[in-house]
Amino acid sequence: MSTGLARRFTVTAVGQRSFDLLSLGMAFVLAVNAAHLPWWLGLALAFALGWRWWQRRQQAGRVPGWIKLPLLALLTLAVIVQYGNLFGRAAGTALAIGLLILKLLETESPRDVRVGVGFTCFTLMTALLFDQGMVSTAVVALGLLPALATLRALEPAQAPASVPRSLLSPLALLAAALPLALLAFLLVPRLSSPLWGAPSRDQARSGLSDRMSPGGFTELLTDDHPAMRVSFDGAPPPPDQRYFRAYVMARYDGVSWSYRDVANLPPAALDVGQAVKYRITLLPTHRHVLPTLDVPIQAPADASMRRDRVVMAARPVDDALTYALSSATQYQFEPQFDEHHRRWLQLPAGFNPRTLALGQSWRQQYGTDDAAIVRAALVLFHDGGFRYTLAPAPLGRNAMDDFLFDTREGFCEHYSSAFTVLMRAAGIPARVVTGYQGGYWNKLGDYLLVRNSDAHAWSEVWLAGRGWVRVDPTAAVRPERVSLGAAAAAGGQLDWYHDDWLQGFRNRWDVVNRWWDQAVTGFDALRQRSLLTPFGIRDTDTTTLGVLLAIGTTLFIAIGLAWALLRRQSRDPLREALRELERKLARQHIARRVGEGPQHYLSRAARALPSKREELMALTKRYLDLRYAHDEPPTESVHAFRRAVRDFRAKNVVK
Amino acid sequence: MPGLPQRLQGWAERRLPALTRYRRPEGLPVEMHRRRIYIVPTGFGLGFSLLLLVMLVGALNYSNNSALLLTCLLGAASAASMLVAFRSLDGLRLEQVRAGHAIAGESIELAFTLQSSRPRNAIRLDLGDASASFALDGHGAALVKLALPTEVRGWQALPRMRLWSSWPLGMFRAWSWLHPAQSVLVWPRAETAGPAPSAAADDARHMRLHRGEELAALRAYQAGDPQRHVAWKASARHDNLLVKDFEQPQTQPQWQLDWRQLRGMADEARIARLARWLNEAQQHRRSFSLWLPGNEIGNGSGALHYARCMDALACLP
Repeated sequence: MSTGLARRFTVTAVGQRSFDLLSLGMAFVLAVNAAHLPWWLGLALAFALGWRWWQRRQQAGRVPGWIKLPLLALLTLAVIVQYGNLFGRAAGTALAIGLLILKLLETESPRDVRVGVGFTCFTLMTALLFDQGMVSTAVVALGLLPALATLRALEPAQAPASVPRSLLSPLALLAAALPLALLAFLLVPRLSSPLWGAPSRDQARSGLSDRMSPGGFTELLTDDHPAMRVSFDGAPPPPDQRYFRAYVMARYDGVSWSYRDVANLPPAALDVGQAVKYRITLLPTHRHVLPTLDVPIQAPADASMRRDRVVMAARPVDDALTYALSSATQYQFEPQFDEHHRRWLQLPAGFNPRTLALGQSWRQQYGTDDAAIVRAALVLFHDGGFRYTLAPAPLGRNAMDDFLFDTREGFCEHYSSAFTVLMRAAGIPARVVTGYQGGYWNKLGDYLLVRNSDAHAWSEVWLAGRGWVRVDPTAAVRPERVSLGAAAAAGGQLDWYHDDWLQGFRNRWDVVNRWWDQAVTGFDALRQRSLLTPFGIRDTDTTTLGVLLAIGTTLFIAIGLAWALLRRQSRDPLREALRELERKLARQHIARRVGEGPQHYLSRAARALPSKREELMALTKRYLDLRYAHDEPPTESVHAFRRAVRDFRAKNVVK
Repeated sequence: MPGLPQRLQGWAERRLPALTRYRRPEGLPVEMHRRRIYIVPTGFGLGFSLLLLVMLVGALNYSNNSALLLTCLLGAASAASMLVAFRSLDGLRLEQVRAGHAIAGESIELAFTLQSSRPRNAIRLDLGDASASFALDGHGAALVKLALPTEVRGWQALPRMRLWSSWPLGMFRAWSWLHPAQSVLVWPRAETAGPAPSAAADDARHMRLHRGEELAALRAYQAGDPQRHVAWKASARHDNLLVKDFEQPQTQPQWQLDWRQLRGMADEARIARLARWLNEAQQHRRSFSLWLPGNEIGNGSGALHYARCMDALACLP
């Protein structure tokens, strides 16, 4: 080409430094994506990466095609075998990372390296599709360092630097780019609905389910991910009142309890004694149910309340959802039964004969005193040799019989299930409620952190004149479960629950996660539209955002240009001192003419100010000495001259 | 015959100098400033911005704010690299250009002295197909050497050169034309073979003492005598320093090279012959004088004398 802009490049092998940095960047990509790759694929790719790095250290050159092509076929095959397709989120990520590592095999020229760096940046982003927590985002952002350092290393002729130094060199650029990045992040218009297929959620985290069978919670109870965060208007309820209801389960089939969603019945009556207002930020569950503290009075927006005051959202909670509502903490819940109350006594036929017999015997013993029967059951759990454990022995067909009379060990699910069966056998309407109980009160952020491991199951019994009353049989066995929380109750049974200070730190650190979830992850189209509410603009539409983005970007460009165009004048203290003297004399109407030399000017000034003649002549001599007698005037003399100029008073008192 | 693109470019530069960034030759020193530095994205820069666009749409579609933040950060860093590219040229000064010696047809070595008050990396200077890259540490000057092909003897103006840098990320190229108004002198090419010059009339007359290997006598020290020639032992017995004087009879006769001797030849052929004689004289360490129309160079020897004579030859019309 002759236009001058395009040039022919001779293809040369890239230097060892660029290749090392590129390999490092790719290793980083592999590390941050390792968690959601099959372990064997991650291992194989790490091996391929290491081998190629070693091989190129021995001898520069591309890996021949007869190695590359079979590897490519093998990778495609492996992804198809593992995921069944090539284009899902997980499959696509695995394929992209595999291709990235294979790209390294043929990386030899600067062009290859640049393609590799671009692809590295892309695959860094894929790691964020799986986890967008603050720590993982920060770690992934660190991966930009080797990528950008690789690009720098490609440039010829630069000051030599060690590997750590060259790794850190893009840091200044990234730091300078941060304000613009944040501005763009705030103002880039969000899509209110996705452009193409909704993201497939093929990795739903375990959460509360609408079925409960004794032993089914085990996975949930060992999951320490946050489930929700609750902030209260006013003081939080005491720990033993922090029951968050999710599902109310009526049906028992001998194996598990289940919730049946009936949409069109009005909520049961509720007489509110005392209420509390609060806000819950629920992390994605991919289910409809919204846990609420105790018994909710009204459903939040975009949600409806079922008959048993279970709150169901209109859409599954796929992104973090914040809802505000108020709940009754002292109440009479459904004090009068309607005609459907038989279902609270339902028991499957042919299961748990000994349990049923026990319940019926209590009914005979206590007559119509339902409260006494409840107490009898709690006394049984407390004094009957029951043990709280997260790893109970397995139960047989008559699960409740086995639990109550043989194994006598289990956790909340076992106790609530057995209690409810006992109550129903005694003829007391009873049901199982699942949800969360407890949580960690974060003083720093003034909110309650509820983890998945705080999942809990308890019972509600209907007592005449009082309505539904919450009874937590687990508390009878292990009061710490309710007063101190799930982790304390489990003792050493949770592998993530190691140490007090560590756990304390994790709980306190959650305030940062919460901030991140609110400020970054949860900044969606809706929040963006209300961005300018503090400035009186209630609805910020896409056009406004675009204009703001343009203005902000222009502003940053102006700042950047000012920096780029800034030229530091080499400071000359001597000249500055002379300027000061000129200013002082100019006030006496002795201005320096254009092209007038300092000597001429100062002697003219001396003539004009006879009283200052001696002083001015001395200053002139000093100036000329400093200026012309030295290559580099001594600093002390220059300072002395400046002082003399400063002390000079031009006002002519005699004249 | 230049191709169509070259002719188009030539036409555009004549007609639209502002658009084609055409710069007339200018005096040294040349300082880079914002009015003459241009920035264009490189191919990689364009490809990378496409990738950023894909990442942006992906992050927006999956409403993944962390990915969006990462994309914004990367995009802002790329944009900021444009300013860094600009700054790596801004304020750079071309102080001087020195040329070596070359005869027509060979390439002449140009040494560019570039000065900067702050460190700069990965700056490249293109001259035709030749390219050199250099870094500046902010204290001293960088000396960049490039070869300029030559064709004919005489003054040759420096061509337009391109100073550019794609530092730091290779996404933007900041560049500027560099066209110092300076010419380099290309010496004439010597003929390959021909007769020797007719020797001067009286060789013996030109025999004279030259400094040689044999010790001839001691003489008083004069300013400028080399220290190793001082006869320390002898000096110790005298008031002043004595210096050993060496002598060597000059065996080579002096050549008087004269344009007028080569009557009947074409000018260029005369020049080529004189150039060959000069080369031979220099090779055999003869002393020689040169007469050219309008220029007479007296007797002498050594590299400087040779260069003076060659320059005079090169400058002939």
